[in-house]
Amino acid sequence: MAEVKLFGSWGSPFSRRIEVALKLKGVEYEFIEEDIYNKKSPLLLKYNPVHKKVPVLLHNGKPICESVVILEYIDETWEGPSILPKDPYERAMVRFWVKFLDEKCFPAMWQACWSIGEEQEKAKEEATEFLKILEGTLSGKKFFGGDSIGMVDIVANFIAYWFMILQELAGIVVLTKEKFPKLNEWMNEYLNCSIIKENLPLKDKLTAVFQARFQAVAVAAAAAAPSVK
Amino acid sequence: MGNDELILLNYWPSMFGARVRIALEEKGLDYEYREEDLLNKSPLLLQMNPVHKKIPVLIHNGKPVCESNIIVQYIDEVWYDKAPLLPSDPYQKAQARFWADYIDKKLYDSGRKITFHKNKEEAEEGKKEVLEIFKVLEGALEEKPYFGGENFGYVDISLIGFYMWFHAYETCANFSIEAECPKLMAWVKRCLERKTVSKSLGDPKTVYEIVLKFRKKLGLD
Repeated sequence: MAEVKLFGSWGSPFSRRIEVALKLKGVEYEFIEEDIYNKKSPLLLKYNPVHKKVPVLLHNGKPICESVVILEYIDETWEGPSILPKDPYERAMVRFWVKFLDEKCFPAMWQACWSIGEEQEKAKEEATEFLKILEGTLSGKKFFGGDSIGMVDIVANFIAYWFMILQELAGIVVLTKEKFPKLNEWMNEYLNCSIIKENLPLKDKLTAVFQARFQAVAVAAAAAAPSVK
Repeated sequence: MGNDELILLNYWPSMFGARVRIALEEKGLDYEYREEDLLNKSPLLLQMNPVHKKIPVLIHNGKPVCESNIIVQYIDEVWYDKAPLLPSDPYQKAQARFWADYIDKKLYDSGRKITFHKNKEEAEEGKKEVLEIFKVLEGALEEKPYFGGENFGYVDISLIGFYMWFHAYETCANFSIEAECPKLMAWVKRCLERKTVSKSLGDPKTVYEIVLKFRKKLGLD
């Protein structure tokens, strides 16, 4: 019986964060694929009754939920490259940017892709504003974590990969090389790291899933829209 | 620790600011308290928290730390030699972080539906959500005196500041938290017995008056 199990989903950026962290620390784990859109397993619901979401890390039978909580747990439990810095002030800064990414950047960027009309314009503006702030933190650094990737880089995975695919499919232009040169440079370095590169979902597979969802959203919107005569 | 300069920028009704006040008191730290007028934020606040422009902000030897739970963890890590706020065991620590995160994700927004409701339906919806959150939290508390077990800690600190807003929630949505969640109120009373907590919380009745003022200002009443 594996000591470490991860309930995750191949397409979820939150789930992939944990895989990167475990691999960084050289931890062997059993991956359990959850069908998060259709039917969540009884075990997942047992281990995460509050949120019913992936990822859930199971260590010696005890569950830890919420990707950011899991990342800190992994850093505290296993030896290996540090995910968070040791200095308390630097740790506070990392936690600040992680929160900014998950509570501000991600929702705005996600909305910018999936909403329409005025809501979309507002989301695009917000996303641009937040990305500008993020761009500002990269001055003179290869990664958010400095010379090597750290927690902020791991959490920013959706920007480098998922969002770049989504914005193209959604037909919006938010994150460009011209507007965000530092973020662009960071993305290239980041996606070039073997530990990141080797733990991303296949672009074709992800594109297919997103495209199907865009179509479903368009169909629903057309059905709901009042006819204009 | 030598001569540490600590300044807390706060707004006394804030349930988030209360977390920092309690943490500082628990560690027995001397600090300068500065009350912010949220309608007229000080240049210092805007300089120290340019991203969010919000309180609380803890300024330690000139360097700002923002976001209440992040500040509490910072305080715990710097002044690690007394009154630990988080458990030392990584698994217990993860559980504490999980519950503080749950409180952050859910309670404020649902509570706001009650206090700044546009109509009765929204207040009702807020009340249902808040009671559901309280029930989940009562489940997490189990039969322990505090969320962390025998000792007052991070999750308790995360939640107790909301007590300042209970009277406002109850009055705006016409219900009794004591009647619906007696276990939670027993925990509240236990926390209020701590001087570090009672010192750090403002009067719930005054909070309600502030809510009424804002409701009028926003044209909700």
